[in-house]
Amino acid sequence: MQTEIVPPTVDGADVEIKLDARRVNFFYGDFQALHDASLAVQARKITALIGPSGCGKTTFLRIFNRMHDLTPGTRATGEVLLDGHNVLSPDTDVINLRRQVGMLFQRANPFPKSIYDNVAYGPHILGWSKPQIDEIVEESLKDTGLWDEVKDRLRRSALNLSGGQQQRLCLARALAVKPEVILMDEPASALDPIATLRIEELMQELKKRYTIVIVTHNMQQSARVSDFTAFMLMNERRAGEVIEFGPTDDIFNRPKDSRTEDYITGRFG
Amino acid sequence: MNLPLVRLLVDRLVGWLIVLCVMLAAIPVLVLLLFVVLKGLPGILTPGFFTEPPHPQGVPGGGVLNAIIGTVEIVGIASLLAVPIGALIGIFLSEYGRNQIGDTVRFISDVLTGLPSIAFGIFAYTVVVVTTHHFSALAASIALAVLMLPLILRATETALVLVPQSLREAGLAIGAPRWRVTLEIIVPAALGGIVTGALLAMARAAGETAPLLFTALGNDTVQTNPLQPMGALSLTVFRNALLPYQNVQDQAWAAALLLVIMVAATNILARIYVRRIQR
Repeated sequence: MQTEIVPPTVDGADVEIKLDARRVNFFYGDFQALHDASLAVQARKITALIGPSGCGKTTFLRIFNRMHDLTPGTRATGEVLLDGHNVLSPDTDVINLRRQVGMLFQRANPFPKSIYDNVAYGPHILGWSKPQIDEIVEESLKDTGLWDEVKDRLRRSALNLSGGQQQRLCLARALAVKPEVILMDEPASALDPIATLRIEELMQELKKRYTIVIVTHNMQQSARVSDFTAFMLMNERRAGEVIEFGPTDDIFNRPKDSRTEDYITGRFG
Repeated sequence: MNLPLVRLLVDRLVGWLIVLCVMLAAIPVLVLLLFVVLKGLPGILTPGFFTEPPHPQGVPGGGVLNAIIGTVEIVGIASLLAVPIGALIGIFLSEYGRNQIGDTVRFISDVLTGLPSIAFGIFAYTVVVVTTHHFSALAASIALAVLMLPLILRATETALVLVPQSLREAGLAIGAPRWRVTLEIIVPAALGGIVTGALLAMARAAGETAPLLFTALGNDTVQTNPLQPMGALSLTVFRNALLPYQNVQDQAWAAALLLVIMVAATNILARIYVRRIQR
């Protein structure tokens, strides 16, 4: 069965574990979608979740900021520790959690409002002052490389932007509330190669300040952008499991599990 | 037999069938509209139509000022009552109503939709007119408000359900409380549908006659106090159409035409407004 997953360490360096999922099980009604999934996410690194469709990558990711609460009839057991506090415990302030753990979705989902209002919405909810909001909007748009493209039309609808710009706007919107962790659910799957490259470049910039967890279908993408990779697979009861987790280089070049090797080399999935 | 030729013929045939069906549906509406315009135009062009109350029977001239004011006021008060309540219930159903309570509300609303409109009149008669010992425009407004309520709440719910789930997730994922996401993101995104629903309900209410018969009762003098009996365009149509005088019947047609114009104008203005604020 599953081997115990130990957090990978980098030689000698101080390792700060930002998000620590321990033996997470997840149920949609009676159906178990995740089985004993564990993952130790290092601060200011990019951790990728890869695996074939239906292996529970997205389910796993959405547990980290309790997005699964929105789906009736779901249940998660185990622990997901964010700076040592269990996110899954009933006394977690979900609103506060989601401010700390932001999310970027598979399809860009800007609000049908102006570009400015999209980014300003989070800070506005936090009750920041107008000058502060103006400042954070500019900063967030600069951080996502959008500022020069949109600074003359901040009051125009965000829906007029291209797909890639919309996704970067969503990223700016997430950054505006100063999160610590950013979850990305296949953020580039609906984008063309150039827009995808922009997002990947941004991730490299952002990881200096943020912890990133990304779900991706695309193994090349995982190999390109991530520091650590977790390989997931359905078990015989169709529940997702973490098969192998380690530095991306090891997973792709020296996989320990034969199933990982089969997947990496394209023998299935 | 040549297959592409058969396909082409079937394609043409189905295309023409669709055009035929559209015409079958559109022609009655257009004929009706044309009829109202042709029959109503002479009356509406009569001097004093907009500015005078009706003259006593046999005295030529006179207008429907009392009924115009009545319709605007009765439907206006009914909308003030029904639109906020209906929209709030619709929001509840869409965002928080996936449960027993929601299903119960939906069922009651569906039953109300199917009720004949005179029932709303009897309801307001018993509840308001009998208890206050007085026919009043307010009783009519209450009857119409109850009639509008299910239409508005179902339209609101439908408009909100159509807003993609991804927008709700987007709002919640940046740490916005659910009620703020609902009011500040989801409702504005669905505003077009909500306003359309409210307008359809208002149009329906403006044309109703039965709920007014024993509530507003009708009044041949200009009355603006909602606690008094009041005229309305639909009542003018109903009463005048039954009288054997040509000029009075012309007035009924003209009142019907005016009702159509008022409803259409409200619709167009609201659509322009929604389009402007959504930009």
